[in-house]
Amino acid sequence: MCGVSRYTSVTEADRLAMLEQIGVGAIEELFSDIPPGLRLGRPLALGEGRSEQEVYDELRALADRNVSVEDEICFVGAGMYDHYVPALVDAITSRSEFLTPYTPYQPEVSQGTLQAMFEYQTAICELTGLPVSNASVYEGPSAVAAAGWVSRLANGRRRLVVSRGVHPHAREALGTLAHAWGVDVTEAPLRDAVTELPPLDEEVGAVIVAQPNFLGAVEDLEAIAAAAHQVGALCIASCDPLALALLRSPGECGVDIAVGEGQMLGNRLDFGGPSFGFLATTEALIRRVPGRIAGETRDVDGRRGFVLTLQTREQHIRRERATSNICTAQALNALAGVIYLTWLGREGIVELCELMLQRTAYARRRLAALPGVSLLHEQPVVREFAVALDAPVREVIDRCAELGVNPGYPLGRDYPEHCDGLLVAITERRTRSDIDRLADALATAVAAAGARHAVGAG
Amino acid sequence: MEQAGYPDDLLYHPDHDWARIDPANPDEATFGITWYAQDALGEVVFFDPPKLGTRVTKDEPYTEIESVKAVSDVIGPLSGEVVAVNDALADSPEAINEDPYGAGWLVRVRLSDPSERESLLDAAAYRASLGS
Amino acid sequence: MSATAADDQLTIFERSRAGRRAFVAPASDVPERPLDELLPARLRRAAPARLPEVSEPEIVRHYNRLSRRNFDLDTGFYPLGSCTMKHNPRLHERVAALDGNARLHPLQDPRRAQGALELMWRLQEALGEIAGLPHVSLQPSAGSHGELAGVLLTRAYHEDRGERRTKVLAPDTAHGTNPATVTMGGYEVVHVGTDADGNVDLEDLRAKATEDVACLMLTNPSTLGLFERGIQQIAEIVHGVGATLYYDGANLNAIMGICRPGDMGFDIVHFNLHKTFAQPHGGGGPGAGPVAVADHIEPFLPRPQVVRREGAPDDTIGTGSDGRLGHFDLDYDRPRSIGRLRGFQGNYGVFVRAYAYIRSLGAAGLRDVSETAVLNANYLLARLRAIGVAERLPVAYDRVCMHEFVLSGAPMKRDLEIRTLDLAKRLLDHGVHPPTVYFPLVVDEALMIEPTETETRETLDRFADTIAEILREAAQDPEIARTAPHTTPVRRLDEAGAARHPVIRQAL
Repeated sequence: MCGVSRYTSVTEADRLAMLEQIGVGAIEELFSDIPPGLRLGRPLALGEGRSEQEVYDELRALADRNVSVEDEICFVGAGMYDHYVPALVDAITSRSEFLTPYTPYQPEVSQGTLQAMFEYQTAICELTGLPVSNASVYEGPSAVAAAGWVSRLANGRRRLVVSRGVHPHAREALGTLAHAWGVDVTEAPLRDAVTELPPLDEEVGAVIVAQPNFLGAVEDLEAIAAAAHQVGALCIASCDPLALALLRSPGECGVDIAVGEGQMLGNRLDFGGPSFGFLATTEALIRRVPGRIAGETRDVDGRRGFVLTLQTREQHIRRERATSNICTAQALNALAGVIYLTWLGREGIVELCELMLQRTAYARRRLAALPGVSLLHEQPVVREFAVALDAPVREVIDRCAELGVNPGYPLGRDYPEHCDGLLVAITERRTRSDIDRLADALATAVAAAGARHAVGAG
Repeated sequence: MEQAGYPDDLLYHPDHDWARIDPANPDEATFGITWYAQDALGEVVFFDPPKLGTRVTKDEPYTEIESVKAVSDVIGPLSGEVVAVNDALADSPEAINEDPYGAGWLVRVRLSDPSERESLLDAAAYRASLGS
Repeated sequence: MSATAADDQLTIFERSRAGRRAFVAPASDVPERPLDELLPARLRRAAPARLPEVSEPEIVRHYNRLSRRNFDLDTGFYPLGSCTMKHNPRLHERVAALDGNARLHPLQDPRRAQGALELMWRLQEALGEIAGLPHVSLQPSAGSHGELAGVLLTRAYHEDRGERRTKVLAPDTAHGTNPATVTMGGYEVVHVGTDADGNVDLEDLRAKATEDVACLMLTNPSTLGLFERGIQQIAEIVHGVGATLYYDGANLNAIMGICRPGDMGFDIVHFNLHKTFAQPHGGGGPGAGPVAVADHIEPFLPRPQVVRREGAPDDTIGTGSDGRLGHFDLDYDRPRSIGRLRGFQGNYGVFVRAYAYIRSLGAAGLRDVSETAVLNANYLLARLRAIGVAERLPVAYDRVCMHEFVLSGAPMKRDLEIRTLDLAKRLLDHGVHPPTVYFPLVVDEALMIEPTETETRETLDRFADTIAEILREAAQDPEIARTAPHTTPVRRLDEAGAARHPVIRQAL
């Protein structure tokens, strides 16, 4: 059946000549090792192939059934954010030379990818204030789990303390893995929206917090790291990398491992992925780091070059004793990340974050002044904050959607104690007039939903 | 060191480790890996030094040596307690390749059972075990 | 005028000059508050992160120049064994970039993300059909993540039955990820040997398959490119002790539409969407590693699961795009689930591309992919034999291969005094990406070649001729290969120096 797929290039004449060279009469003979009882014996129930145009039309129709951030004014964040991605990111990452190679196993012909990894690592080290970064991991929440594993390798202790302010997906992903490791995960509660550490003891391998935390509040990382170190535990911080433009860096605060989601650095939303996760740490933990690391060296002619280094950590060499089973980075997404950070530059990243800080403060004041809306906490925030609504949150969201506004993420599923909570994110794409529209929509929706609720309740 | 060599004053473990016992101080031994081992491993890039006081058990791994693309367990030729490690290897692990019986030594151990030495090979027997 | 070599080697940080910039912030349009009031000084960083200060033209030129120091699939042949470097259709990039996909927030209410959920649901259905296992989770982010999901699902399955098992079996030919995953999944790995034909050694398997074994992880075709002839006996032995049989989908490209892991007796399968389903590899990611499982594993699949809810729609829901009543949703109510493996719903952008690929090819096209992949591999092997290369590079196991095959460079090393590594490096001078080298570990001086279905016969002929030429050249003067490559942007790099004294970031 050769020639059915437009992505293969074997003609009927080729096929006959190739079979002859092999010395068989039919392709079927090449599958003779497969026991007859295991042959499928029917076509897969997947229908016919289609032309490029037909597939485009079909996928276009499906995409049109989604409401994207271009279709409404979106204030949802909660881990992924609608930041502007500059055109040059698309232009560079869509080049075949970056898009289509495999992992740089042959460094002589992979200097582009390897040097970009090195630059990425440098940028992450700068943001986090830590001296060691890998070339990226899958994404944010699983990076938290990966950091938990590093702490397990580092000190072998059986308990992790994780703040309730850590992204719920990250807490769950950590729990999924910790169960298999035989490690207990204890939750540290939030008090007034910031982490309240329980008494720690020497069974605790690491304390894990988020900066800013899921409710938007900025944590006192330094105090948390100090408390962890007091009992010989590591401090792991899951950080918003853009917020680190303004916040004291994890390295300055004494954090041992900084991880986080990288989507906000030049990656699109993509309904949740692919993006990348970052992982940075201290020199002391360099040989426990999972994943790829690019390093600088020289070639035989003395020219500067880059290679994958410290490879004995990795699964293809150390196998069951590897520091992790991760064998992929998110190279293309991390490339977008370093291009984006370069585009922002040393001053630009601060200006961008200060703009978000000011607009977020404005939005917070605006919403807090609405009837039926109050601040869920008054801790310092960067670009996300939480409010409590005097009306059923889901209904308020639906009413806002009718007005072309997606007002935020409902906290109820993850935080039943805040079932009236709404998490609102203000990226640089949300202007003052967008924020004013949010305020109007929320006021209308809360009033309507609150009234209906009151009637219903009565 | 380009050429294979197995000094006569050392004792050898068949897993390619050597022990040197100074007759003046027979309760201690210096350990390292043989020319054959370093050659098989290739360019050594990292030696993970055990902590002082670590118990070494004869025939069991007590640490690891890494080359660019391999990791090898280092086997204790004799039992005892680590009393010194070769700190210079942190900066120049290549000494294990260049001078495996000198600057490339790994640890010094206070022996718990000096009689174990009887089971080790002399240079001739070790050379024979390599089939050369 | 081309840039000088030294200029080419500057990093973006070294191009930085104080005061240059690419970014201009949108104008501030809100009343400004003092910084100290919004974010107390004790929480703020003292000095800005030293990111590069460069203009947009410099950024574009820098990364374009870097890109030209890469070899890529769109430029040349890339027969990297086990990695399935097949053509990446550009349609996929176009549909993934549609606003409704690329700019869809992952926490959009499912009622307003029906197209995305429907696409995921349809992809689940398609992957289930291809695997012969009905229940699919798209969540794992990569092959290694899919493996981890498989081991965790196995653990959950046994624990649910009140059993504590401690070991996972893997063949000695397995990819290193398998044993590493076993450790991360909290098990001890036990290796099973390979017999003289390159199959799993059934006697060894019988001896090691004890009641404390949780799972056997297997790739079929194996990493040697061979179909496990005894797969039915293997399944019987493994199931006989109550363990699960796990399929590493790295080599699924060989058998689509011909036979199915589920029919072979596998309980859990992971897919590498970036291999089998033509996702661009991006220089090492992103990928996706969905899993398909049998009925008895289904309750443990990660949360949330994409589902189609049948029956009367509620007031906001209409129909699927096929006109059937119902809607698509995320199901969190899975009490026996292993839980999440990551954030959100997985690498959706990868799903869009994989789904476009499956729709483009259909059932017959996917079967054609596998048949042509196997045809190309066997043809290349026959060609290498016909022109005399096999004397120096014999195939490790002399059988019909599937989509890839493994040669041993041992005779070449003995007779010509060049190693597999030297051959690989010399290929770079010929504009070909080398095959996978030194894997699997059971073959001395291994060279693992996977041509894929998207290459023409002429490309395969040229590759065979190139190998023959390198061997001829080495017979005359082995030094040329030993010091190769000679024409690449850099030549052999000091990897030992890089590992001894790691420089992994720019000193600023």
